[in-house]
Amino acid sequence: MAGTPNRYTLHIDWTKCDGRGLCTELIPDLLARDKWGYPIAKTGDPAARSNVAVPGSRLAAAGDAVDLCPLLALKLIAPTDAR
Amino acid sequence: MSTHSPFGVNRLFAAGARATYRTHLATYGDLAPGSSRAELIPELERSGLIGRGGAGFPAAQKFGSVPRSGMSSLWRSSAIVIANGAEGEPRSLKDERLLRDAPHLVIDGLLAAAAVVHAGTMYLYTTAQSLPSVRRAISERDDARAIRVVEAPDTFISGEASAVVNAISNGVALPTDKTVRLTTSGLKQRPTLVQNVETLAHVALVARYGSAWFREVGSNRDPGTRLVTVSGAVPADRVLEVPGDTPVRDILRACGATDDDIAAVLVGGYHGAWLSGNDLSVGLSPAALASHGAHLGAGILYALAADQCGLRASAEIVRYLANESAQQCGPCMFGLPEMARLLERIASGDPDRRLARELASVSESVVGRGSCHHPNGTTRLVLSALDAFSPDVQAHLTGRCVRRAGR
Repeated sequence: MAGTPNRYTLHIDWTKCDGRGLCTELIPDLLARDKWGYPIAKTGDPAARSNVAVPGSRLAAAGDAVDLCPLLALKLIAPTDAR
Repeated sequence: MSTHSPFGVNRLFAAGARATYRTHLATYGDLAPGSSRAELIPELERSGLIGRGGAGFPAAQKFGSVPRSGMSSLWRSSAIVIANGAEGEPRSLKDERLLRDAPHLVIDGLLAAAAVVHAGTMYLYTTAQSLPSVRRAISERDDARAIRVVEAPDTFISGEASAVVNAISNGVALPTDKTVRLTTSGLKQRPTLVQNVETLAHVALVARYGSAWFREVGSNRDPGTRLVTVSGAVPADRVLEVPGDTPVRDILRACGATDDDIAAVLVGGYHGAWLSGNDLSVGLSPAALASHGAHLGAGILYALAADQCGLRASAEIVRYLANESAQQCGPCMFGLPEMARLLERIASGDPDRRLARELASVSESVVGRGSCHHPNGTTRLVLSALDAFSPDVQAHLTGRCVRRAGR
C-alpha cells in the first residue's frame, strides 16, 4: 500500500487532515493547497496522492511536517526494502 | 469429480429458491472436507476466479496474501475471514438474492476460506433484510455455529473493506485510514480476509468440482458465471446468473429490453461508467469493459430509457453519492457536493460554457485523495457522463435536451 521500494513516502491520513496548511508551507515543492485548503501532491500518479514520494534531499523537511502537523495527519513511511 | 456438479449456467441457484441445508446437500453434495492451503489456493488460481464484490481482484491472490501460518498454534488461529454481504449499492440486489436462496453455498465458501488461511474467527456481515435467512441457514447445520453474524447498515460505503472491519470492531461502518493491507493487519490487528459473499459461493463450487469445471462456462479472460442486477428501462428489476463476458446487449434482451428502448447503460453501479447505446456488444468482463473506460463493479447494469436525460440521471446519482460521503475526508466532503452542483447546473440548461470544464477539473482534483475510493468512483461516473453525453451537454447549453422534447 503506502510503502514503495527505494523511497520514503509521506502518507496523508485524510480522516485526520483539516487543511491547516502547515505542511504546504514546509514542503511547498511537494504539496500545494487545493481550493478548500487541503494538501494536494504536486507530482506523481493522481490515483496515489495519499502517498507522496519524498526525495532524500527533502526528508528532513518532510519530517518537520510530520512533527508539526497539528492534527497528526501525516506519517513518513520507510521504503519497503528497509523494513 | 462429483456427479453433483451442475451443468450449464445455473450454478449458484441450482438448489432452487430458499434452499434448505437438505436440498443444498442433495444438489451439490458434501463440501470436500478440509481442502488445505496447498490445494485450494492453486486450484483457485487455475480457476481464474475474480472477486465479485467490485474491486475485481483475483481471489487466489487475495487468499495468498494472508500470511502463511507459522509454527505456533496461537498464530494459526490468528487470521480472520469476513464474508461481506453488505451490498451498499442501491441498484445491486444480487447478494441479497444469494443470501436468501443459496445461503449454504456462502457458508460453505466461508468455511473453506477459513480452513485455507487457518482462520480461527469467521464473520458474516450483511444487511438487516438478509439476517433471517442467514441465521436460519446457520442454525440448520453443525459446522457453522462458530460464524458470527453482524448487521451492516444500509449505506453506500458500509461494504468498503476497511468500513467492514471498522463496523465489526467498533460498530462504525466508515472507512479508515490504511497504510498496510487488511490481509496483513485488519480486525484486531490480525490478518483479515474480506471476501464478497458471491466470491465465497464460487469458492465453495471450485472446492467441490475443481477449476476445470469452473472454466467450462464463461470466457478465458472471465471464466465462470457472474450474478448481475439489471434495472432501469427494463420491464422489471432482475438478478441473473450469466456466463462471464456475456455481451451487455444479450443480458438486456434476456430481461425483455430492446435496443430501441435504451439510450445508454450504466455499468458497474454508481461508481461505474456509461456505455452508449452503440457499445452494447461489449462483453461483461473486467478486461472487455476496461477498453471502454468502464469496470464491472458488483455486476450492476442500469439501463437509461431512450427518452430519459442522461445528464439529469447522472446528476441525481452524483447528488446521492455526495450525500453518502462519510464526511471524513476534506476533498470528498467538499468536492462531491460541488461536483453535484455543477452537474445539476449543466443538466438544468445553464448556458455557462465553462461549467463542463470546471466540473472535470474539480472531479479530477479529488481522485486519490481519500481513505476509500468514493471520490475516485464518483469522478469516474462524472467524467463518463460528460463523455457519453457530450452531445447532450452541447444541447443543454443552448437550452435544449436531445432526449426530451421541449427542454
